[in-house]
Amino acid sequence: MALLELRNISKIYHLGGEEIRALDDVSLDIGEGEFISIIGPSGSGKSTLMHIVGCLDTPSKGTVRLDGVEAQNASQTQLAHLRNKKIGFVFQFFNLLPKLNVVQNVELPMIYAGLSAKERRERALKALEAVEMGNRLKNRPSQLSGGQQQRVAIARALVNDPKIILADEPTGNLDTHTGEVILALFRRLSAEGRTVILVTHNPEIAAVTPRRIEIRNGKIADKVDERLAGLDRTKPGSPAPISVA
Amino acid sequence: MSLWSAILVGLKEIWAHKFRSLLTMLGIILGVSSLIAMSALVQGMENGAKEALIAVGGLQKLRVEPQPLPIEQRHLRDFARGVTLDDVHALQASAPEVIKVSPEMRLEPQPTLAANGKFHRTWMTAGVWPVQLEMMEHTIEHGRMFSEVDNELARNVCVIGTNIRDELFGKPEETGEPVIPIGQQLTINGYPFTIVGMFQHYESEADRKARLLREQELAAKRAAGETNFASGPKRSRGWNGGGRRGGNFAFWIKNNTVYLPLNTMWLKLKSGQTNAPAVPTLTNMELKIRDVSRLNQALTQIRNVLMVTHRGVEDFTFRTQEDWAESINVFIRNARMSGGIIAGISLLVGGIGIMNIMLASISERIREIGIRKAVGADGADVFIQILIESTVIAIVGGAAGLLTSFGLIKIIGMITPTDNAPVITVGSMALAFGASVGIGILAGLFPAFKAARMNVIQALRYD
Ligand SMILES: Nc1ncnc2c1ncn2[C@@H]1O[C@H](COP(=O)(O)OP(=O)(O)OP(=O)(O)O)[C@@H](O)[C@H]1O
Ligand SMILES: [Mg+2]
Repeated sequence: MALLELRNISKIYHLGGEEIRALDDVSLDIGEGEFISIIGPSGSGKSTLMHIVGCLDTPSKGTVRLDGVEAQNASQTQLAHLRNKKIGFVFQFFNLLPKLNVVQNVELPMIYAGLSAKERRERALKALEAVEMGNRLKNRPSQLSGGQQQRVAIARALVNDPKIILADEPTGNLDTHTGEVILALFRRLSAEGRTVILVTHNPEIAAVTPRRIEIRNGKIADKVDERLAGLDRTKPGSPAPISVA
Repeated sequence: MSLWSAILVGLKEIWAHKFRSLLTMLGIILGVSSLIAMSALVQGMENGAKEALIAVGGLQKLRVEPQPLPIEQRHLRDFARGVTLDDVHALQASAPEVIKVSPEMRLEPQPTLAANGKFHRTWMTAGVWPVQLEMMEHTIEHGRMFSEVDNELARNVCVIGTNIRDELFGKPEETGEPVIPIGQQLTINGYPFTIVGMFQHYESEADRKARLLREQELAAKRAAGETNFASGPKRSRGWNGGGRRGGNFAFWIKNNTVYLPLNTMWLKLKSGQTNAPAVPTLTNMELKIRDVSRLNQALTQIRNVLMVTHRGVEDFTFRTQEDWAESINVFIRNARMSGGIIAGISLLVGGIGIMNIMLASISERIREIGIRKAVGADGADVFIQILIESTVIAIVGGAAGLLTSFGLIKIIGMITPTDNAPVITVGSMALAFGASVGIGILAGLFPAFKAARMNVIQALRYD
């Protein structure tokens, strides 16, 4: 049994009589410990898929099974619990709370997990060390660069020790160098045995992951576009893929 | 999420919007402080009125007075004899509901008292029996009450209230030492009388406290070696200025009383007058009944007895203190009600203010709520967070209102000084505080519910 089982997932929006199928009958299995990248053109439904996998959104049709739990049968409270314990979500635009400083932001999921203040502080510091942000504890998000904010967001996603890490274009707003630092972080997480799913437009990043899924028009493409996935090495000028080390 | 961290989050949120929170709290502050101030003022009035009622003998006391005949008995005018000592004896003998009867023969118009070359026109000069002392709740502090023998022999003796001492022999506050004119002479309309006793000084609880405070300050100044302090309170303007309003009038009259034996009054001061009747006629008699709850039976009994002594001529009437007590109660109830309504309305307005600000606050924080939910807050966490914020506003506002109420009462006291010092009761504080907390919770319910119901992904996308 896979860690994540999506069966015939559709997400349909109705906009003024028009039907938008953000996801159209998607079925997908993801096993424990997999490192996956999701690629696809803008508007193809990648974020929608991630939200459904992350229990932030519910599909219009189909079933989601997450670590043995049927998400469509779960109550709002149970879903909140799942998000809190099993899933670490890294958003494209960080989604840190501007009024809280770095440590407080990282402590947030642990507050809802009911951890003691002492334990929260310890674990937050450890997570921030792991993303090399241990020296900016008292800063507000607005006082940090994009890459630093993204690292704080990753620390927040990690802090409850989730099985699954979902990252929606975590490097989309970052320069190449910072992107590489962040990517190295995800590779380390994967090496630690966590299931990591990344959405990316960057072929170099997609090339790193052992499994790639391409989404087009709300469906999973049969064959992955080699150029998008960074596998087409024949094309002149395309950068060499980063080796999986 | 623990309650404590939820409260901390609420406090931080309030602190982050200090000015806005203060404005929001203002409604609650005003509501709480006006509720407390109102009830303190009313309580003060009630205490004053009750004290005065007790000072004149309480509800057990009633008075029989002569009155003009009813219209259907006008032709019997010549048979009307007024209230006499016969009535007193008859009631003593055959009205078991009456435990005390005290005849009173007042000298009217008020006589001029003189002693020491000073003159004073007093407010109450009456010939009475010694029993009057208990009847009117008088206490002799110096000397003695005149006795049955003094009465029988119609001796020229009298007991006086402290105000008369003040006017004729000087105030102890001014002379700096006690003035006790026992054994001294005064004249009533020119007839010499020996003072055998003096009452204690009567004053309301509030006055007593004020006086003690004044004396303490004075003593402290003396101890500090200050020499040029004003000695004692300000000079009285003849009739004790402020003391005559409201319930304090009862105390004032008691302090301005001169009692002499009934026989002395009749024989020495009354019977010689040109139009004096042949039989001593009383101005009134004071009765004390056995049991207030049997007032109606007592009244019937008294009436029956008096109808016999008056041979059916109804030239007397009763005056009970019940009417007074009842009107006090009605007044207090109305004052309390209108004060409560005003305070309630401002609390309600405060509550609406809180709800308004909480609604504004959650729509400002939709993304925040989305983020909190995305990292694992469930509906209950968000609900409690918002509810606690509104409750904390109300609690802080309520506490501030408690403090403000003291100031408010001071200000009201400065604008309209009353004899009855406002009394802040713990009950009213608890009520006002409880109401503000309750209103904070009620005002928070709807915004909290709205926030808890927000859809995660929509909230995250909101901008
Ligand atoms: N709330 C919504 N209402 C209507 N349509 C929506 C809504 N959310 C998403 N969509 C539509 O669903 C489709 C998929 O959107 P999604 O955000 O998943 O794309 P994406 O693959 O993440 O794109 P990008 O790479 O630009 O982030 C788009 O056509 C979008 O317009
Ligand atoms: Mg997207």
